[in-house]
Amino acid sequence: MSSAELKERLARDLPGVLMPTRTRTPTSNGGEAAAGDGKTARPKRGEHAPVDLLATDDAVVYPDRLPEVARYVRDVLGYQLLSNITAVDYLVDGVIEMVYHFFHLDGGPELVIKTRVPRDNPVVPSLTDEWPGANLQEREAFDLFGVVFPGHPNLTRIYMWDEFEGWPMRKDFPKQGDKYFGESEE
Amino acid sequence: MSDDRDIQLEAEKQGVFLTTMQRFYNWGRRSSVWPLSFGLACCAIEMMATGLARFDLARFGAEMFRASPRQADLMIVAGTVTKKMAPQVVRLYNQMPEPRYVISMGACATSGGPFRDGYNVLRGIDLLIPVDVYIPGCPPRPEALLHALMTLQKQIDAQRLNRVRWYGKREAKEYPVPAFGKHGLEIDGKLVDPVGGLPLISPYTSPTHGEMRSGEIEHPELVRHFPIMDETVELESPNKAKGVAPEIRHNDLKRPAVEVDHARDEQR
Repeated sequence: MSSAELKERLARDLPGVLMPTRTRTPTSNGGEAAAGDGKTARPKRGEHAPVDLLATDDAVVYPDRLPEVARYVRDVLGYQLLSNITAVDYLVDGVIEMVYHFFHLDGGPELVIKTRVPRDNPVVPSLTDEWPGANLQEREAFDLFGVVFPGHPNLTRIYMWDEFEGWPMRKDFPKQGDKYFGESEE
Repeated sequence: MSDDRDIQLEAEKQGVFLTTMQRFYNWGRRSSVWPLSFGLACCAIEMMATGLARFDLARFGAEMFRASPRQADLMIVAGTVTKKMAPQVVRLYNQMPEPRYVISMGACATSGGPFRDGYNVLRGIDLLIPVDVYIPGCPPRPEALLHALMTLQKQIDAQRLNRVRWYGKREAKEYPVPAFGKHGLEIDGKLVDPVGGLPLISPYTSPTHGEMRSGEIEHPELVRHFPIMDETVELESPNKAKGVAPEIRHNDLKRPAVEVDHARDEQR
């Protein structure tokens, strides 16, 4: 099922779950460009238009409606296997995006559902009670990105130790390169 | 010594075997170095390949990978030592009976390798335990591991029984097992592997130097161009240099200097 068809079905069966998003506009050379604001001046040769990271064609749902959408995808559309949960950190836009991949058990392409939460308060409802396989992947997102999943049975760190502080996979986590500390720093 | 050897060889032809206690003893120990059966990442696969028939570690009497640290002489730190795994590695090392040796296999175990700037990789196992032989490479081929073993055998051959640290009256030393802290591994509440800072040389030097920090660089005749290996750099802590890098202080950024005419600016 293509993402356009999924968005159509969601808008028809579950009104109000889709978050309004900017769609990606294909360029003449087959690539993707940011959706302009009407005045699409063709960039010069070698120049690139600014990339709109948040533009997507996939279905982006509101986080509080996510379990409902997941159940709809499982029970109505038949995508029973929740294969992958991951988080993406858009530092500049202040957004953390959760990406869910669902599969049919008898094969076929995946179905992508995304949800977006503000970076300073990332709270996404847990899918663990319906898909036990989501347990570890949500713990991973909590450990590395700091996304909180209400309803998760055991939301603790999984890669790092419990005493660790910080979210290592976020874009603003400091890199540990060798450098001298000047007297003015520290 | 060479006279001794000639005499010995001559005597062996006559069926008389002469040797010194030291050579005999070292020969016995170096020909049966038993590694600990323990690996952390891809280097462990190379280590297994070294033990198998094609490269055949058994030629050196080192094919006995022991599953218990109590029966092992050699710890091959094969692979990336993450900060979460480092306490267990040190604990294993503490459980090995002396004499014990460590080979740091590959770039990760030696210095953190490609993951050096990451958040969960220890920047070299020699921050925590003394290392005898380092193997460069990513991953080192089995030949490199064999070469490291031969290097270790040479080191053992050169030991003198009255000088080696584990036959003295010294108490056996436990190496401190690091604890998990808020920002990394801690020993006595101090970060082992601080962000920034420069590990100059390992806090634990090789056995031939004893267990004290000698402060000497292995090849003093080589001119080091790294500030990290510069003896004149003042230390803030054992692993951290003090102050600003000389290049930054002298503003020596290898760029052509732009002359600014302040007088002309003031006239405007």
